[in-house]
Amino acid sequence: MSAPVWNNKVVKWVDDRLPVFTMMHHTAYEYPTPKNLSYMWNFGSLAGFVLVTMILTGIFLVMNYTAHTSMAFDSVERIMRDVNYGWLIRYIHMNGASMFFIVVFIHMFRGLYYGSYKAPREVLWWIGILILLAMMATAFMGYVLPWGQMSFWGATVITNLFSAFPIIGDPLVSWLWGGFSVANPTLNRFFSLHYLMPFVILGLVVLHVWALHAVRSNNPTGVEIKTPQDSIPFHPYYTIKDLFGLGVFLIFFAAFVFFAPDYLGHPDNYIPANPLVTPPHIVPEWYFLPFYAILRSIDFAIFGIPAKLLGVIAMFASIVILFVIPWLDTSKVRSSAFRPVYKWFFWLFVIDTFVLGYCGAKAPDDYFLGIEGLHVITMGQLSTLYYFAHFLVVMPLVGKLERTKPLPASISESVLKGGANA
Amino acid sequence: MSQTAQSSGAHHPDENRRDFLTLATTAVGVVGTGMALWPFVDSMNPSKDVLALASVEVNLSNIAVGQAVKVMWRGKPVFIRHRTEKEINEANEVALNELIDPQTDDERVEKKEWLIVVGVCTHLGCIPMGTATGEARGDYDGWYCPCHGSHYDSSGRIRKGPAPLNLEVPTYTFLTDTSVQIG
Repeated sequence: MSAPVWNNKVVKWVDDRLPVFTMMHHTAYEYPTPKNLSYMWNFGSLAGFVLVTMILTGIFLVMNYTAHTSMAFDSVERIMRDVNYGWLIRYIHMNGASMFFIVVFIHMFRGLYYGSYKAPREVLWWIGILILLAMMATAFMGYVLPWGQMSFWGATVITNLFSAFPIIGDPLVSWLWGGFSVANPTLNRFFSLHYLMPFVILGLVVLHVWALHAVRSNNPTGVEIKTPQDSIPFHPYYTIKDLFGLGVFLIFFAAFVFFAPDYLGHPDNYIPANPLVTPPHIVPEWYFLPFYAILRSIDFAIFGIPAKLLGVIAMFASIVILFVIPWLDTSKVRSSAFRPVYKWFFWLFVIDTFVLGYCGAKAPDDYFLGIEGLHVITMGQLSTLYYFAHFLVVMPLVGKLERTKPLPASISESVLKGGANA
Repeated sequence: MSQTAQSSGAHHPDENRRDFLTLATTAVGVVGTGMALWPFVDSMNPSKDVLALASVEVNLSNIAVGQAVKVMWRGKPVFIRHRTEKEINEANEVALNELIDPQTDDERVEKKEWLIVVGVCTHLGCIPMGTATGEARGDYDGWYCPCHGSHYDSSGRIRKGPAPLNLEVPTYTFLTDTSVQIG
């Protein structure tokens, strides 16, 4: 990495005192990137784009939002009806949350498939998990702000999860609420934190990119960059590829915003919050469904730990377990393209998360896909079992037992022979 | 940082004193930070005005036998049921070892005909159905929580489903025969 030469005198003057231009040059221009990245590597920059979109639309929504239980619902309706383009800004923000999770989930599955969590990228992976957790907290608190029925009861059910902890549970919940139930103090603090968290995420993203640039991008072969021939500069090759991907993604995003803005939401949230009536069917937003299914699938006590607490532990464990997969995966090969056995388990895991999502959306007593006798709760328990078995059993065992395909000598060789499957 | 002339292994007379100073400074720093953080943490606890809304008085004279009402107390509903003879008997006949959270009916009521419980499911805080006439009352003639399927009996005790505890009994006092103060 040679220091760039700045011809513009002003740029040079600033850069000599604060090398911000040099830093940007290294980060977004010169950064040596594997030359074989597929479109699966577009989702990181897409997530960054959505984050910025959420912050910008959020700032403008706040200009018209009132964080008080008696006015929140009406202020959101005013944004929708009276504020110029308020409907557009709110629909972008609402659907942007879903888009954020879509691109981040794909980004994570990409990392899982290509072994991007393995050494030396563990810290990069960890920061990613922290970003996911921060996103979940932000999304949850944001959903409470319109103060509709789903806002109120979602907040009630999720904050009540913490009451599962022995002794500290009840004081903790009343501390979270600032009262004896979800009420105005709760709405106010959620609003404050909902505004704060995106900037925490932004800070984590800076660390994520920093860690990425320290260890370099993984690629479809999972073979590290060895010689300069293996890489190309980020600009213009990947700036243009990211921009093209962004264009495709924006079509998808806009389709929701303009043609199905409420498709991903729940109609009940257009009913003002009523603390005396619980809607008959409470479901979280789609991106929480797999985790909700894990929570609900634990309906039995083990070793005297009550089901409610176990469910909460299982739900948190389903994310925390991601922190240790760099050590649970015993394979010496990163990319699943060269792992003929693990590859199948990976896809089974993907299907498993979808099954969990389906189970989370249904009532526990419903039949799974209408199959007579197969209850959603049973299917949820089986898929919860596989979710954890995938990490705790499959990853360590398959890594040890599987005979992997020969790896290419270098990224260049694989490109010349025709891609990751060579 | 810089190498000192001190030879390794030799016990410097100042060492114990420095260790003590380091530990003491750290301890004061940690305790001080904790004390500085506490006002912020405590500011999120229920405030005085919230705590002040702690009791409510209810007139019972217009609740007929077999009828139940919801009243608001501390932002939560309280169920008051004027129980029928049948409901009282059902609540007393059940054997304690059949209960998930064993409690006799006597421990849960002051006057047999009046059952007063906090109307919040002990699972995840939904409001169980069964107070208004015509609503599903579950398998045990009490309340049924639609969120995750918990059944409560005519004493508000959990009988079936994921909820771990009986519906909470708030503190209340009968001011007269037809008036009760909750809280």
